Amino acid sequence: MKSLLKHRLAWPVIALAALLLLNQVFRPDFLGLRMQDGHLYGSLIDIMRNGAPTILIALGMTLVIATRGIDLSVGAVVAIAGAASCAYIAASPDPGSPVTAATAVLIAVVAGLVLGVWNGFLVSTIGVQPIIATLVLMTAGRGVAQLITGGQIISVSNDHYKSIGAGYLFTLPISILITAAVFALAAVLTRRTALGTLIEAVGINPVASRLAGLRARNIIWIVYVFSAICAAIAGLMISSNVTAADANNAGLYIEMDAILAVVIGGTSLAGGRYTLVGTVVGAFIIQTLTTTVYTLGIPPEVTLVFKALVVITVCLLQAPKARNLLNRLKAAPKPAAKEAAKEKVAI
Amino acid sequence: MSPLSTLTPLTLKKPSPASSRLRGGARYAPTLATVGLFLAMFAVGAGMYPSFLSGQVFLNLFIDNTFLIVLAVGMTFVILTGGIDLSVGAVVALSMMVSATLLQQGWNAGAVIVLVLLIGGGLGLLMGLIIQYFDIQPFIVTLAGMFLARGLCYVISLDSIPVTEGFFTGMAQAQIPLPGDLFVSPGVLLALGIVAIAFFVLHHTRFGRTVYAIGGNEHSAMLMGLPVKSTKILVYALSGLCSAVAGILFSFYSLSGYSLAAQGMELDAIAAVVIGGTLLTGGTGYVLGSVVGVLVLGIVQTFIAYDGTLSSWWTKIVIGGLLLVFILLQRLFARKAG
Repeated sequence: MKSLLKHRLAWPVIALAALLLLNQVFRPDFLGLRMQDGHLYGSLIDIMRNGAPTILIALGMTLVIATRGIDLSVGAVVAIAGAASCAYIAASPDPGSPVTAATAVLIAVVAGLVLGVWNGFLVSTIGVQPIIATLVLMTAGRGVAQLITGGQIISVSNDHYKSIGAGYLFTLPISILITAAVFALAAVLTRRTALGTLIEAVGINPVASRLAGLRARNIIWIVYVFSAICAAIAGLMISSNVTAADANNAGLYIEMDAILAVVIGGTSLAGGRYTLVGTVVGAFIIQTLTTTVYTLGIPPEVTLVFKALVVITVCLLQAPKARNLLNRLKAAPKPAAKEAAKEKVAI
Repeated sequence: MSPLSTLTPLTLKKPSPASSRLRGGARYAPTLATVGLFLAMFAVGAGMYPSFLSGQVFLNLFIDNTFLIVLAVGMTFVILTGGIDLSVGAVVALSMMVSATLLQQGWNAGAVIVLVLLIGGGLGLLMGLIIQYFDIQPFIVTLAGMFLARGLCYVISLDSIPVTEGFFTGMAQAQIPLPGDLFVSPGVLLALGIVAIAFFVLHHTRFGRTVYAIGGNEHSAMLMGLPVKSTKILVYALSGLCSAVAGILFSFYSLSGYSLAAQGMELDAIAAVVIGGTLLTGGTGYVLGSVVGVLVLGIVQTFIAYDGTLSSWWTKIVIGGLLLVFILLQRLFARKAG
């Protein structure tokens, strides 16, 4: 039991379970699933569906943070991707056709690719600090998205496009399936090939890994491109779910959710160690928290305060100084705890 | 960079040109380049639009950007220590919301202003304490602070609240006449006063020299027995205080409180500081340079307003682009000097 509690994912999973139970208390049918019109329905499915964009972006963010970076521009990329694809559909001669939808998706993904290359270029080649490099796109990007939409909310009507965010396949929402596919791809690429180890090496010590013959620059480039493409796909989901592109509000504050998911999941902001599964659990916690806030009847905007408090608390718990303090308090009567502290330092 | 080069500014009252991280003439180059850029933009504007070349257009740059000048002053201190404060825009919005709500409930203007300053300074102090004592990166702490302040805005109200209180509307309408039919607002004088105080503190006090020393090399500053801890905490408290003042100035300017106000203003403040010649890595920069940086951003806005065909979103894009150009210049200078 004790070793189980020591697992990195133990606390996030316990927190998630506690949150779900809390909801079950307030709404007895909360955990129930039912079939209706051949689709699976229930609050759990809703949480997964609404959380899909956050999970996607958090996956990209995990790899960026693993290299000791940060990507603040994901929200702006969401807005740009949604704006570009919706603007294309609205302007095309055949707005309802599957070809139009496919081209729109392609445009969004290419936009993500370009923006990711841009971020990666600034961080890896020019050597700008990641916060500043991505802050530029975070703010200027919304301006670009506004420019694409002309300041309007662009509505589109294309059933194929709509299915990305609101459609079902094999009884499950398509957005969940897309997210699962990206997760599987990221997991295989980083855990079955050397890429994951290389990313961790760059995060632990970029200079040493470069001296050891690693192409640190390319690795950094890859993670920013991956992050931006994830954000672009999330942008597709968000805009297709409401069949409209809103340059102002699409993906607003989503960078906070993503960072929060990564940190709650157990990835250290100091870089070098990451867990994709933890990030997914973290994203579920955030989405469940949001749902709980709705269930309890608190205005949704207030969640921002909760999230800010949670991120500070989790960061404090992760901070070595706070841990040492806690351990010292615990260690006074028991020498066993001291050993545990040593173990953590060794990691 | 030899260890000695970071130490010399502390032993000399007036740092010699060779003592900085940017050696020789490069020390003043970024700020001078900004002044040149500003003059060039003003000249181009005067060439394109005859009415551009007037004293009032120049003074309007100050009147329309009082809050940004104050924000940039606080941000200069933070960036000089090598940190960053992403919360300033949200604290501006929170200050506006708090003052608008309390004034609506009939509070006294003086009491409201004191309370807002306490909230802003207190929030900054709290972030500084967390950054210093738990050794968490400034950006994540101030990012959380940004969302906390923004969330509190929403808690107060989702709608825009008008300000009708006498003192605030009086400040909004007041004009201080200058010779030649020109005028400035009282806010401009306040902002320039804050700039003067910041200038004195940075260049003529022990606190200011410690700020530069931390940005140059925090470790050696500590070894020299400088009060690194308290200085780092105070810098964030100062930035929070400046944000609160900026929020009040913005209230004078817009006479309302709105949750989404001042969104992205942290980028404007950071851009002004960087364009003004302060190195993002800390240790080198001038508060007067940041003021010139604000003027450059202001003139971009004036340009877009004069042009009439460009949408206001271009402002954000141009500011992002300018920030980028200056970061690239910094890298270039740093490489040449290093």
